[in-house]
Amino acid sequence: MTWIDIGALEDIPRRGARVLRTAQGCVAVFRTADDRVFALDDRCPHRGGPLSEGIVHGDAVTCPLHGLVIGLADGRARDAEGGKVETYPARIEGGRILIDAARLLPEGRAA
Amino acid sequence: MPPESEICGCNGVCKGTILAAIAGGATDLGTVRARTKASTSCGSCTGLVEQLLAHSLGDAFRKPASRPVCGCTELAHEDVRRLIRARGLKSMPAVMQELGWKTSCGCATCRPALNFYLLAEWPETYRDDPQSRFVNERNHANIQKDGTYSVVPRMWGGMTTPQELRAIADAAEKYQVPAVKVTGGQRIDLLGVRKEDLPRIWADLNAAGLVSGHAYGKALRTVKTCVGSDFCRFGTQDSTGLGIRLERRLWGAWTPHKVKLAVSGCPRNCAEATCKDVGIVCVESGYEIGVGGAAGMDVKATERLAKVATEDEAVEIVVAFVQLYRESANYLDRPYKWLAKVGLDWVRAQVVEDRDSRAALVARFDRAQAIFQKDPWAERTAPEARAAFTPLAHLAAEAAE
Ligand code: SF4
Ligand code: FES
Repeated sequence: MTWIDIGALEDIPRRGARVLRTAQGCVAVFRTADDRVFALDDRCPHRGGPLSEGIVHGDAVTCPLHGLVIGLADGRARDAEGGKVETYPARIEGGRILIDAARLLPEGRAA
Repeated sequence: MPPESEICGCNGVCKGTILAAIAGGATDLGTVRARTKASTSCGSCTGLVEQLLAHSLGDAFRKPASRPVCGCTELAHEDVRRLIRARGLKSMPAVMQELGWKTSCGCATCRPALNFYLLAEWPETYRDDPQSRFVNERNHANIQKDGTYSVVPRMWGGMTTPQELRAIADAAEKYQVPAVKVTGGQRIDLLGVRKEDLPRIWADLNAAGLVSGHAYGKALRTVKTCVGSDFCRFGTQDSTGLGIRLERRLWGAWTPHKVKLAVSGCPRNCAEATCKDVGIVCVESGYEIGVGGAAGMDVKATERLAKVATEDEAVEIVVAFVQLYRESANYLDRPYKWLAKVGLDWVRAQVVEDRDSRAALVARFDRAQAIFQKDPWAERTAPEARAAFTPLAHLAAEAAE
């Protein structure tokens, strides 16, 4: 695992998200109402909508484009054939958000 | 209908898919929606989906008398509004707790509705919750399918000046806006702006005196006007002036759904006022105020609310009408849908006939406007506010450190 500090928990509103730019595309970093963080590819499996702009409820987000509901923990759509987005381990330490960047760093930079 | 015929045009869901879902245990509208995505976008196929449910399930399917807001509650919109008022519920957690919400923090259907109801009910004390707003209202611009945004500055009554046009042209060049379009509501739309550029382009437009046109909001959109008596040989009244006056009075107010107005200077109706939420047609003897028009998924002509002799009275009636709509309509019902439920006579009694009620509505509207009539763009151009529009971090850069 390659834990990288990407910002303060306070930088993301509760029930909201911010985007992390990576060499592999954008990752949406979510903060739930009860201060848990999740990182998922910022591309809805339906037609690529930016999940980071969706409404966050419980531990799910509703895609802003056509309303698919995606579980934050497993990246899976809550309906049968909705598909799945990639998830990345994330945690909070001393008010900072850490993400496992093993699969996100540019080629050759991963530890 | 054959199984492959399309029921939900928005999401391309055919009859067979819906029947399969019903056979697989989806026995109510909510479950069919969740499993198939049918009826989740514009909602105009809801009746067809319910027919399929009724047909497949027979007596086992009972169409609920009043539909609950969403899966988080059994209560209908009307009940929720009534209870917010009656029990003095002033925050979203209070509503969810007191009214027995089944989820911890609602969903993408109920939260925007509750946010509006609370805002409309307690303008002075309720704090707007951006996380309970759809993306466009949260970001004060319309998201496009590629994730960029469109920016529409307000042009009062559809009037503009060479300076404003120059500022818009400069902004379009500076931010490399890929498309510039004139909208149906007499505004200019800058399409394809990147999210992180939004606060900067707003600051530039603000500097030229341009403010948000709320093209993204459940709010007053536009007041379309014709040139009226100032220039047109047929004009009976100053339709442009009245349009500007109405727009200056009404902008900034949040409403259950978008609200579009128009004012035409004579019955030739060049501003197409008779298919707007509120449309005024000027005549020699005064102003004919029509309401409840539509020209979207449904097309409907306005119905006459009142005919008045003076511009002042026309403005007052329109303001009272909009306030009554704010106070009583279900979230996401356009005025014509709301009118079909409550009846034009009920509305007319309160905004036209009963002068005290009209004055009280106008007073409540103005009280709310003291708070909401602020340019949301100007509030987001400061450096602290800009951060929310930028990425949290760039991983490639971080790793290189
Ligand atoms: S609606 Fe009447 S006043 Fe207005 S531009 Fe048309 S003809 Fe002239
Ligand atoms: S792109 Fe997400 S639901 Fe369509």
